[in-house]
Amino acid sequence: MSKIYDVIVLGAGPAGLTAGLYAGRARLSTLIIEKGQDGGQIAITNEIENYPGAQLEGESGPSLIARMTKQAEKFGAERARDSIKSVELTGDVKKLVGTKGEYYAKTVILATGAFPRPIGCKNEGKFVGKGISFCATCDAAFFEGMEVYVVGGGDAAVEEAMYLTKFARKVTIIHRRNELRAAKSIQEKAFKNEKLHFMWDTVVDEVDGDEILTKMVVKNVKTGELTTIEADEDDGMFGLFGFIGLLPNTALYEGQVNMENGYIPTDDNMHTNLDGVYAAGDLRVKSLRQVVTAAADGAIAAMQAEKYIADHKE
Amino acid sequence: MLEVDKNTFEAEVLQAPGKVLVDFYGDGCVPCAALMPYVHGYAETYGDKLKFCALNTTKARRLAISQKVLGLPVIAIYENGEMIDSLVKDDATPENVENMIKKHIG
Repeated sequence: MSKIYDVIVLGAGPAGLTAGLYAGRARLSTLIIEKGQDGGQIAITNEIENYPGAQLEGESGPSLIARMTKQAEKFGAERARDSIKSVELTGDVKKLVGTKGEYYAKTVILATGAFPRPIGCKNEGKFVGKGISFCATCDAAFFEGMEVYVVGGGDAAVEEAMYLTKFARKVTIIHRRNELRAAKSIQEKAFKNEKLHFMWDTVVDEVDGDEILTKMVVKNVKTGELTTIEADEDDGMFGLFGFIGLLPNTALYEGQVNMENGYIPTDDNMHTNLDGVYAAGDLRVKSLRQVVTAAADGAIAAMQAEKYIADHKE
Repeated sequence: MLEVDKNTFEAEVLQAPGKVLVDFYGDGCVPCAALMPYVHGYAETYGDKLKFCALNTTKARRLAISQKVLGLPVIAIYENGEMIDSLVKDDATPENVENMIKKHIG
């Protein structure tokens, strides 16, 4: 059997990297496993205004995450790039099976976060990457000088819509309610932005096009009225960006870890229903999913893992 | 890994003999930057069996759109001037890219 780590952290977003930092500082042998790029949701976030201290000139999600990664590694957390396919989270030694190998640990911190919730319209899958996007920093440039629609009304939707106005000719926020849910400070900026328009009480019903997105049908949720929106003839296409919250990345733990609608309930100390298994960050049942709460979860989970290991020493 | 642009894409990709892999990326695209080292690694490993190219779409927006590339990253395989296979966005993981390469050189 290969090495048994004190702690394995699944996911290298703010929760996982903070857990790695605290576990490393506690001198626990620590491995952080990430399947893609570090950062999770914030890796594709352009502006970070509400994480304390993140006020450096040009601070972005990726720059903040790069510093978190460096800090975790400085205190000895090891890293693995692997996609975990199955887990055995019960028993004294937990086993994780990835495509590159098997990993063992006394404790596991689940910090695999969440992924963008689909827009939920007909034909959506056919047009992701062909006009539909969930990553403004990735795809904004394709819509330079064109029209873009943003679905959502929270902080992320409004902030990303403002970012998109730097590229697009016109950006329209499609929101199912008649007022935004975004923080007032963000709303103030949004209403001053002349390129930003609003379509209230509206949802996207269907998207269409010949290979690329050129047409959509929106529905007024109060009147039921359907309206077809077509791409400007000169443009030949438009962009549709979705920022309507997240879905938890927890399918891997089903049947072992208790869940509520896919999210993992914990106590105040991040304990799941399984001994030595903790949950931290966006995948938890919680009221506020932000970098700052993810980091806090990660710190608490790592300290609980340390306590568990100390209590279980023979 | 051959860096192509809007002027060389035609000759190096569309008119090239055999199969060609194209890594479509863009400035400020974090997932693209994260994927790229893996693609460079595969170019080292499989470069004798498959031609590897990269295109910065930020500098070739119209060309990318003409190839129906509107979301990044995209790793695509071309043959006889046509895109015959592609991995888009979340599907473009290092693992899937390597499997696609193996499929086309096998």
